[in-house]
Amino acid sequence: MTRIPLRPLALILEARSKGENPDAIERANIRARHEQMRDGDRRRSEIRLRALAALFVIGFAVVAIRFGAVAHLDPSEPRSSLSGVGILAQRADIEDRRGRILATNFETDSLYAQPALMVAPEQAAAALAEIFPELDRKRLVADFTGDRKFLWIRRKLSPEQKQAVHDLGEPGLLFGPREMRLYPNGALAAHVLGGAGFGREGVQAAEVVGVAGVEKRFDGRLRNPERVDSPLVLSLDLSVQAALEHVLHGGMKLMNAKGAAAVLMEVRTGEVIAIASLPDFDPNNRPSLPAKGLAADSPLFDRAVQGVYELGSTFKIFTAGQALDLGLVTPATMIDTSGPLRMRGFEITDFRDYGARLSVRDVIVKSSNIGTARIAGMIGAKRQRAFLESLGFLEPTSLETVEAPTGRPLAPSPARWTDLSTVTISYGHGLSASPLHLAAAYATIANGGLRVRPTLLREPGRGPGERVMSQEAAEAAVALLREVVTDGTASMAEVPGYAVGGKTGTADKPRSDGRGYHDDKVIATFAGLFPADAPKYVIVVTLDEPTETSGGAPRRTAGWTAVPVAGEIVSRVAPLLGLRPEYGFVGAEAKAAKAPAG
Amino acid sequence: MKTTLGILAALAVIGLAFWAYRENYLTKASLKRVGTLNEQIAEARRTLRALNAEWAHQNRPDRLRDLVEINFGDLGLMRMTSRQFGDIERLPGPPQDASGADAAAAEEEKES
Repeated sequence: MTRIPLRPLALILEARSKGENPDAIERANIRARHEQMRDGDRRRSEIRLRALAALFVIGFAVVAIRFGAVAHLDPSEPRSSLSGVGILAQRADIEDRRGRILATNFETDSLYAQPALMVAPEQAAAALAEIFPELDRKRLVADFTGDRKFLWIRRKLSPEQKQAVHDLGEPGLLFGPREMRLYPNGALAAHVLGGAGFGREGVQAAEVVGVAGVEKRFDGRLRNPERVDSPLVLSLDLSVQAALEHVLHGGMKLMNAKGAAAVLMEVRTGEVIAIASLPDFDPNNRPSLPAKGLAADSPLFDRAVQGVYELGSTFKIFTAGQALDLGLVTPATMIDTSGPLRMRGFEITDFRDYGARLSVRDVIVKSSNIGTARIAGMIGAKRQRAFLESLGFLEPTSLETVEAPTGRPLAPSPARWTDLSTVTISYGHGLSASPLHLAAAYATIANGGLRVRPTLLREPGRGPGERVMSQEAAEAAVALLREVVTDGTASMAEVPGYAVGGKTGTADKPRSDGRGYHDDKVIATFAGLFPADAPKYVIVVTLDEPTETSGGAPRRTAGWTAVPVAGEIVSRVAPLLGLRPEYGFVGAEAKAAKAPAG
Repeated sequence: MKTTLGILAALAVIGLAFWAYRENYLTKASLKRVGTLNEQIAEARRTLRALNAEWAHQNRPDRLRDLVEINFGDLGLMRMTSRQFGDIERLPGPPQDASGADAAAAEEEKES
């Protein structure tokens, strides 16, 4: 840019010669230069403003285009995150204490029809009726040719069935993916597991919800997406459960019983290792509740948890144990057993006449009602009730199934707990409880008097319960139970190597019309523990209406029915539990064998 | 000087653009691969679940019990009983070392 001088010499000289003020020239030039500078500034500002405006327009345009794109494009998952991979199943597995699967999920298909899309509805109906025998051809034809737009045909298909339907080539028959609950072991532990069904259903998916047992009790935890990868670990042991159910089923058939229940529980923790109720059902195909008949006769009814029965003489050990704990008696104390004992017009007799006096030990070993009644008389109603309450006999068990709270014991209220109640309850009549209650109470005695609460969850590190009776009294009671097996009514429960202790109980069944008891129907129970020198497990076996017919006259007492079954269960189950048999002679024999070698 | 700077800047833009596009394509390729792998993992897990279920089903106790009974002739499997627990004292001691055994054998031969 050429700079014009403010006072060009030629113009100044010219102006001077004309007598004009040369400063005017300078001022005019300064003004011109200022105008020039102003014009330049304006131009630059305009350019800047336009550029800024353009920037804003572009910026807003980009935002607007992105808005439009996000609004119109199909959403896609963020692919860079890995968290989506884990969640596949919608329900966690259930496993036994050794990690074997009790319940898992299985992918399958459901079959539905859209009659509007069908090419040959009648042929399709005929073919479907052939593939699925339980479907009615006429109804299908009516559904397919009517004005229905949509109908479910089957909720679950096997792969073979799916292929067969696929081969029909009917465009109106469609499949929807389904996740179904599978119980690979069939009827095993059916009452504990309960079962699952479909909740809300759509074409592409359906909710799987628990309908009974632990499935329903832990429905929230099993469906919690955060914990769906970690299985729910139960305290059950699959192989022990299988052996127990197998033996119990055989025993039930052999003893002509109409039902049976058994509980095997770990003493220290209260963990239920095996629990069974027969007849049972397949949770894969859970039957519906019976419309008629007794609910207690349905296979769905859990006799071990829900069934409350008068458990008979198995209660005598509680009476004896409490009397020992209170210091009222020692095992050698002699008790008057002359009978019959009359009380408020009620006559208490023994199965046999045991003479005028028996020691406390013999009262239990021979199972004398009169003797137990006399001991209960020493204890009194109040203390007896408190003791049974502390053993858990007045409330439902804490087992983690939805059915457990319905197993509420039937016991007289404190006001109606009379002296007569005290006496009858002392030998197991007048108070009904479930076999699981009995197992928990026996476990408490076996645990040195520390309360045991039954549980189905495997949780290592569970602390001991509160003290119910003194350790000495509990140990004395366990010793008495051992003698019942060695010398008394439960001799068939003797299993070589495992010192079983226990008590039998035979209770007449109350009539359903409420008028007294049946003469020929009993509940036979054996409650025991093993090994008796340091009890680890408690077992309860209950048979409903057993009759043993190998002898001349039918025998119904527990000693002939429940006890041999319990003995067989212990001999099968104890090795599976890893319990080492203790034979007195093993060591000696081994030493004898070793002596010549050494 | 100005020109050099301009050329350098232009080269830098081209270089950075090349790098940025390359990274972009690499990322897209990785994402695609991750997607495929995720699908494979999901499929593998589905298979694993199905196989686990199948395994549990095939190993259900009543089936094994039946198989044991059917194949009793070949396998001769017996129920586990308390008699099958051994005693550590019944085990034979560790085998004698070879030289000792040889010496014993030699002695026996001499005697015979």
